[in-house]
Amino acid sequence: MKAFLLAAIAGALFAIGLTVGGMTLPAKVIGFLDVGGAWDPQLAFVMAGAIAVYALLLRVVRRRAAPLIADRFHWPTARAIDLRLAGGAALFGVGWGLSGYCPGPALASLGGGAPSAIVFVAAMIGGSALGRAVARAPR
Amino acid sequence: MTVVAVLHGLAGGSLIGLASAMVLLVHGRIAGVSGILGHAADAGRGRTFRLGFLAGLVLTGAALAARQPSAFGAGVRGLPVLAVAGVLVGLGTTLGNGCTSGHGVCGLSRRSPRSIVAVVTFLITAALTVAIAGAHP
Repeated sequence: MKAFLLAAIAGALFAIGLTVGGMTLPAKVIGFLDVGGAWDPQLAFVMAGAIAVYALLLRVVRRRAAPLIADRFHWPTARAIDLRLAGGAALFGVGWGLSGYCPGPALASLGGGAPSAIVFVAAMIGGSALGRAVARAPR
Repeated sequence: MTVVAVLHGLAGGSLIGLASAMVLLVHGRIAGVSGILGHAADAGRGRTFRLGFLAGLVLTGAALAARQPSAFGAGVRGLPVLAVAGVLVGLGTTLGNGCTSGHGVCGLSRRSPRSIVAVVTFLITAALTVAIAGAHP
């Protein structure tokens, strides 16, 4: 129960941050990506603020032998820079640019009940399942 | 671009960074939303964390939308295009192992070479998509 509640608090803070930063406004996200047009740089400050705080706290947390309520840190282990990484990121960028939604803001927008968010999230879950099937397929 | 917009950006970003650092300190995990969603129901010890994080994210979004609907913008394209975009985002983040949070915030902070490649790639294709599809449909 403690693990669930603490995770929910982190998710709540994350949602508040997305909303305050303007990430839940698809038109603003597209304005940020519209570098050749009427560029709106606000989201660069969201990214800069997030990286500054996380990078600082990362240095402190890294000194610990273990997290507070788990037995170890789950650091990413993948190292390969390959077609799957670049191709996946490229597809994600196309979807992000088309919709102005990336996964966090789309989920935070779900509760507002907007049909656009509901359709996007349902399709995203389907796309994720498709991705896992592709990743499992023999090459 | 106003000072208020800069401060909103920095404040929102700082909260996202704080929430992500809390995930690392408490649960020892990377706060990557696409991965948390994609593996949400997987068995194992991380499931409680994933479901708790998603519950907090979605329910807080709902509470904020009720208080301040203007913080949540309408979809910028028709539903069929958003469905295609959603499939691309789900497929792409699964194959590329991350999105704006996992690669963008956590990965860049760790100076992960994979995340740097991913972020540069998705920023380029996203900007190209907006350039081709238009910012104001």
